[in-house]
This record gives sequence, structure tokens and C-alpha cells, in this order.
Amino acid sequence: MHTNNSERQPRIGVLALQGAFIEHVRALQDLGVEAIQVRLPEDLAGLDGLIIPGGESTTIGKLMTNWDLIEPVKDMAAEGKAIWGTCAGMILLAKDIGGLNQPLLGLMDIKVKRNAFGSQLDSFEADLSVPAFEKELSGQGDSDDKPFHAVFIRAPLIEALGPQAEEIARIPGEEKTQSNFSQDEQRQTIVVAARQNNLLATAFHPELTPDRRFHQLFLKMAGRQR
Amino acid sequence: MAQVLNGVEKSTWKTKVGLAQMLKGGVIMDVVTVDQAKVAEEAGAVAVMALERVPADIRKQGGVARMSAPELVSRIKESVSIPVMAKARIGHIVEAQILEALGIDYIDESEVLTPADDQFHIDKHLFKIPFVCGCRNLGEALRRIGEGAAMIRTKGEAGTGNVVEAVRHQRAVQGDIRRIQAMPREELMTVAKELGAPYDLVLLIHETGKLPVVNFAAGGVATPADAALMMQLGSEGVFVGSGIFKSGDPAKRAKAIVQAVTHYNNPKLLAEISKDLGEPMVGIEISQIPQDQVLSQRGW
Repeated sequence: MHTNNSERQPRIGVLALQGAFIEHVRALQDLGVEAIQVRLPEDLAGLDGLIIPGGESTTIGKLMTNWDLIEPVKDMAAEGKAIWGTCAGMILLAKDIGGLNQPLLGLMDIKVKRNAFGSQLDSFEADLSVPAFEKELSGQGDSDDKPFHAVFIRAPLIEALGPQAEEIARIPGEEKTQSNFSQDEQRQTIVVAARQNNLLATAFHPELTPDRRFHQLFLKMAGRQR
Repeated sequence: MAQVLNGVEKSTWKTKVGLAQMLKGGVIMDVVTVDQAKVAEEAGAVAVMALERVPADIRKQGGVARMSAPELVSRIKESVSIPVMAKARIGHIVEAQILEALGIDYIDESEVLTPADDQFHIDKHLFKIPFVCGCRNLGEALRRIGEGAAMIRTKGEAGTGNVVEAVRHQRAVQGDIRRIQAMPREELMTVAKELGAPYDLVLLIHETGKLPVVNFAAGGVATPADAALMMQLGSEGVFVGSGIFKSGDPAKRAKAIVQAVTHYNNPKLLAEISKDLGEPMVGIEISQIPQDQVLSQRGW
């Protein structure tokens, strides 16, 4: 942020029901931002943004339902507060996960496929090019155009984006569709990150690697919304 | 399934440790049937451990306890969307190879099964699939990590419904971590010798004050309070074996233990969570177990 007006840092919550929430808390601390662990609705008060971490999406969704967090988080999104889901968090943000029966926030106009690459044996690391860094983080990162090294663990992917959502990153790969699709209709790349106004979704785990550019991008989104 | 085309590294150490990081704050439940696996998933388990017999039955029935039948493991894998783990005998390289070939998510090289090798554990670095191993103390944890375990659980005493051994083992691990962190560097080699632990890992503990992999509790957790206790003692999640499906109302108890691990530091909520759960499993006093049937002694 290039602004000189000494605004306070955005207050960011990390949903701490289950999963890799401490990693996000530490990543935010690296950037000088205090993170609030959110376990109950009252913990959401005064937040400018919320991160929904990786973990098991079924577990996190059930715990959100159980502790009455679904509606308050939807309200946050409606107020324009920034919300970022990583992996399991992305699944929770999606409107459509192919008919699987589990609790969702359903905020983003994306269709997500769970465990899209297979079991743990198909978990992987890959370099991503993220054009948004160069455009929006100029001067913040050490080098904004270098690839982002991403860790995918039993990861989901974004099968389709609705008109409201924009793609942020994709990896080379192909999604094997039904046999009645022609070769042309098979994707040659896979979308793994998307954004929709104040909402951000990544299929991978920026909290597991030292590169903080996705956290910076999210802080920028959270700052802008206030 | 989607295929990634190029420039990609699969089954790296980072992805092995990373999956365990995603399980943190969660409960991994032993299941012996597809129905139980579904109950566990519905209750909010982060993973299931596919078994033929829960430890309480292994203890009761005796005999040699082996890897579960592959068809059972596969059926359970197909019935849930959460990660599936299964146990291989200590040192049984081929059981581990078979479980890897089934495409499950994690192998537990477990003292609950009858050891196949009374001197050596599996070289877990050779596998693509990640392993979790049990420990009673820091030395044992670091030996297993040295062999390639990407996740550690304290052993406790499985199938007893008695949390005392789990507490003893978690306190031993955490106590030794604190001790090593506070030591001057010149004492670390002697500590490594005493613990029987790789020096580089002792040095890492000294520098970071924590294990380089995720550390869960196991063996004897039977109530939401037991699970929350293990979390307060520094566990990052909990395995529950016999404690759920040997209790009066498994679905309710499973859900309550999941809630307790999330809210382990909130006594008011724990009081609510612990209400009306029906009968817990019957516990066994550790001193009543014949010495040769103490499972936590297995492992070298």
C-alpha cells in the first residue's frame, strides 16, 4: 500500500475450528498484522477480513454449522469484508461442489471439485505465474514477477467460473472430462485460484511456504474494503 | 481425476508433512466397517483409520494382529471423502507396500499390531505415502522422524480407555523438548546419545523448540475431557480408537470429541459438550495388564 495516511493495519481473523490455522496466524504476524483466532461468532466482531484455512472441509463446515458461524460469515461477506479460503476454505466458499452433501458458505460463483487430483499420493508442488502480483503488489514484494511456489495437498480445483468470478492462477494440466466430450473440450490448463470482488480462493496452501505475496494481496483486499 | 502435466513434484516431504498439518485440531477415528466410517465422517472426523479390529478387541481376543484385509481398506476408502489411514505392522515392509498400492492417504506403522520385526522399523523415506508412528518419549519420536515418519503420535496404551499413558508420553515428549531448548549447545551431543536420537534433529529441537512434524495423541482417549486434556498438554490433534465404537452412543460421543478438540480451552463449552453422551467404554487399570501385553513397549 503506497498511501501515506497512517491507517491502522486491517484486523484479520483466522477461522480456528480445525486445520492449519496457526500457519496463517504466523504468516500474518510475519507481515506485522495481528491475527485473531475465530472459534465463535463473537470473535468476528470488528474484523476487516477472515481467512478460512486448509483442513478437512467436511469437518470445518460441520463445526461452522454447529457453532452458528455460517450466517455471520455470510453477513461479513455481504458487508464487503474480505474473505479468503485456502484449499478446504475454497471448497467452503464455492457455490457449487458438484452436489456433494456438506455444509457450505456458497459465496463464490465458482464450481469446485474436491480431491480433484486423487489421494495423498498425488499431492504435489508446482510453480504458478500470478499476473495479479505484478499489477497490484508493485514495490511490495522482493520480485513480483517470479513464480509462486505452491503446495497442493489432496487439493480441489476450480472446474468452472461464473461471470462474477475472475481467474487468478492456473497450472498446466488436464482435467479428464466425460468421454462424450471432444478432445477440444478437455482443458489444457487447470484453474487453481480465483477472486470475486472481496472474496479470494486458492486451491493450494500459501501458508506452508515462506512467500507472502498471497497474504499481501489479501491484506490489500481487506484494507480496500474499509 | 485431473492430471498435472509438467514441472511438478509429487509426494514431496512438504506434502507428506503438509497433510498432517491439515489434520491438526482434528480427530482421527478407528473404524472397522463402512458404516462406522460414515458415522465418523458425519461426526466431523478429519480422517479414519481402517482396521479389522479395534485395539480393545485385539487385546481381548489375542493372537497375531496384522494389516487389515485390502478389500476392507478399499471399501472404506470408497465410502468417505476424508483421508483414510491404515496400520502396518512394525517393520513389515510389504504390508506397507500393499497399503501404498491401495492408494490410501497415510500409513500408521503401529505397535497396536503384532510387530513383524523385533529390531528394525520400516525405512519410510523409501515410500511415496506418508507414515505416522507412535512414541513414548522424544528419543523414540526423533528416531521415527529420522526413519522418515512425517507425523508422530504419542502411543498411550491402546484399547484401555485409560488416558494415563497418553498423558505420560505426551508430558515426556514436551518435557524433553523444553529441556533441550534451554540447554547450552555443547550439551546436545550427549543428550542425543542418551535419547538415542539423531544429533541433527536434537539440534533442530534446540533451535525451534518444537518437533519438525505434527504431533497427535493416541491410546486411551475415551471422553471429550480426555481429548481436551491431551490438547492442553500440547497435542495437535487426537486419535481415538476403541473409545468411540466401544461406547454406548458412538455417533454422539464421536461428535462431542470433535467439538472438544476445537474448544479444548473453553471449560464452559466443554461442560456442555460433555453432557448426555451415554456410557463411555469400560476402562482398564494399566497395572492389571500383564507385562507382555503392554502394547506401548513395542517399537525400538
